[in-house]
Amino acid sequence: MADTSHGTGGLAFDKSKRAWPNEVNIFIALVLIVLIFEALGQLLPYMKGQSMLFDFNSGRDGTILNMARIKIIILQVSIIGIIALGVTQVIITGGIDLSSGSIVGATAMISMSFAQTELVNGNPNPKAIFGPWAMDLPILVPIAVGLGCGLIAGSINGLLIAYTRIPPFIATLGMMVSARGVAKWWSRGNPISFPTDEYAAISNGNLVDGLTFGVFSESWIVTQVFDGQNPAIYFLLLAVLFHFIMKYTVYGKHTYAIGSNEDAARMSGINVAWQKVMVYAVAGMLAGFAAILLTSRNVTAQAGMGFVYELDAIAMAVIGGVSLAGGRGSIIGTVLGAMIFGVIISGFTYLKLDAFYQEMVKGGIIVAAVVLDQWRQRRAALKS
Amino acid sequence: MSDDIVLRTEDLTKHYGGVHALEGADFELKHGEHVAIMGDNGAGKSTFVRQITGVEQRTRGRIWLYGDEVNFAGPLDAREAGIETVFQTLALADDLDVPDNLFLGREMTKWNWLGPFRVLDYKGMRDATVAGLERTAVKIPNIRNTIRNMSGGQRQCVAIARTATFHSRLTIMDEPTAALGVQETAQVENIVRQLKEAGEPLILISHNMRQVMDLVDRIIVFRRGRIVANLDRDETDGQDVVAYITGAKTGVEYEGAA
Repeated sequence: MADTSHGTGGLAFDKSKRAWPNEVNIFIALVLIVLIFEALGQLLPYMKGQSMLFDFNSGRDGTILNMARIKIIILQVSIIGIIALGVTQVIITGGIDLSSGSIVGATAMISMSFAQTELVNGNPNPKAIFGPWAMDLPILVPIAVGLGCGLIAGSINGLLIAYTRIPPFIATLGMMVSARGVAKWWSRGNPISFPTDEYAAISNGNLVDGLTFGVFSESWIVTQVFDGQNPAIYFLLLAVLFHFIMKYTVYGKHTYAIGSNEDAARMSGINVAWQKVMVYAVAGMLAGFAAILLTSRNVTAQAGMGFVYELDAIAMAVIGGVSLAGGRGSIIGTVLGAMIFGVIISGFTYLKLDAFYQEMVKGGIIVAAVVLDQWRQRRAALKS
Repeated sequence: MSDDIVLRTEDLTKHYGGVHALEGADFELKHGEHVAIMGDNGAGKSTFVRQITGVEQRTRGRIWLYGDEVNFAGPLDAREAGIETVFQTLALADDLDVPDNLFLGREMTKWNWLGPFRVLDYKGMRDATVAGLERTAVKIPNIRNTIRNMSGGQRQCVAIARTATFHSRLTIMDEPTAALGVQETAQVENIVRQLKEAGEPLILISHNMRQVMDLVDRIIVFRRGRIVANLDRDETDGQDVVAYITGAKTGVEYEGAA
C-alpha cells in the first residue's frame, strides 16, 4: 500500500495519465487573454507599441511590471470578487444566489448610517440619518451592523431554501427584490454620506503599513504594491481563508457532498439543511463585507449600489470552472475567473476601446468558459 | 437469547395505510452467516430491510442486534450501531474521491474545537481506506479518483468497502449486482466471499438464483409480505426456491401464513 500510488489490490496508478487540475486550464486561459491584449497593443498602430502589463522604459516602480495597472486589475474586481467567494460556495451546493447585489445595496445604506460623522467642516452632517446618538460611533459598530445585515439576509435565504424546500433561484430572487426595496426605503432613496475618517480608511487607508508598524513602510512592497489597495488585500486574504476552508475542513467537504449528491449526503448523516443555512449565511456575510468596503471606498452609500453585482459574481465563478450543477469548482478557480474579468476590463481601457465592446466580449467569455468545461468533462468521461 | 445471534426480529410488521407490506416477520441471523432474501417484486424484501435499518418506522414488532433490543430513530442510528447498508441506489457523491465517500458524514478530523470548520485528517482517512479496500480485495487503481470517473463495478465496490473500513457488525446488500456486467458482478461476488471468510454476517437481497446458490448459507423467501420459507442452501435447489417464490409451495412451519 504505497502511499504514492493511491492504488489497491496490486493496481498501480500511472501519475502521468492524470488530468491536470482544471485551475491550470483557467490559468492558461488567463495568460492567453493577456497575450492577446499584448499582441493587439503591439499590432494596433495607434497603440505605438505600448505594453499592457510591462513597463520597460521607466522602471519607476523598481520592476519591469506596470504595477499601476496590475493593481487596478486586482482592485477593480476585488469587491465583486469577495461576493464571488460566497457565491462559489452556494453554487457548489447546487444552488444559486441572485440576492448578493441587493444585499450589498441594503447593507451599504444600513451600515453607512451608523458610520456617519457629526460635523462636516464645522457644520452638522447634512445627510444625517439618525440623531446625534448615532454620530461618530466606534468603527466596530458599522462593521458589526454591516456583517450582521448580510448574515441575516443570507440566513433568511438559507432557512427558506433548507426548510421550505423552495428552489434557491426563487428564494434568492425574492431576497433580491426585497433587499433592494429595503435599500431604497431606508433613507427614502437619499444617499447617505460623510462617514468618519476611520470608516473611510477601511478601504482607502494603507492596511499593510498599519500592520507592519512602520518597519517596512518605506519598502517597495508597501509603497508600491499595497498602497491604497485594501479591498484587494481583503479579497486575497479571504480567498486564502476560504480556499483552506473549502478544501481542508468538514464544512467544505459537506458543501461539495451536497452539490454532488444530496441524497447520499443526507443518508450519510450530514445535516443537509443546516449546512445549506450556513453556506447561504456565509455568502450573505461576504456580501455585507463587500458593502462595507464599497461604501468606505466611495465615502457614500446609495440605494442603487451593487446593482447586478450578483451576475458578475456568478460569472466570475462560472469562468473559474464552478459547475452550476453543483459539486465542482474551487476558490482558486473563482479567483482566476475574477482575474480574467479584471484583465478584460483593463485590457479594453488600455486599448482605448469603448466599454460596450467590453460587455460583448465578457458575455462571449462566460459562454465559452462553460462550453469548454463541458467539452472537457465529456472527454474525461470518455477516457475512463 | 444466545450470543451467537446477530440479528433477530419478532413479529416485524409494516403497514402503509391499508397495505400490509410486511406482516409478522420472525427472522434470525447467526454469527458469520450469509443469508439471502428472495421474493417477487413487492414481496416485502426491501420493506423488511427498511425497518431494520431505521429508514422507516415499523408498525409493530421487535428487533434485537447482538442480543440488545434496538429502536433506531433513523438510518444514522442503525449505522452507528454497526449496520452497514449498500443501497440499490448507491448513495455515493460523484464528485468526491474514495476516502471522502467512505468517510462521508463521519470524517476523521483534527482541531475539533473549530466546530463546523474542524480540519480533515486526509492522511488518516487515506490510510484507513487503503487498509479497508485491501481487506475486501477491492481493486481500484487510484483511490483519489472521483467516483464520476469510475466504472459501475468499481462504484459498487466502493460502496461495499465502507463495510470493511468501519468494521460493521452486520452488512446488508440490496441487489448489489443488479446493474452490473458479468465481470463487475464477479468482482462484487468476490468481495462477498471475502466477507464470508472474514466471518462478517451478511444479508443479501438478490433476484439472481445462481448468485444466491453460490454465495449464501441460507435462503429466506418472502411472498406477499410474509416469510414463507427458510431453506438451507445445501438442502434445496433453484427449482425448489422458485416454487416457494411463486407460491406453489409454502414451508411447513409457515403453513397458513400466506
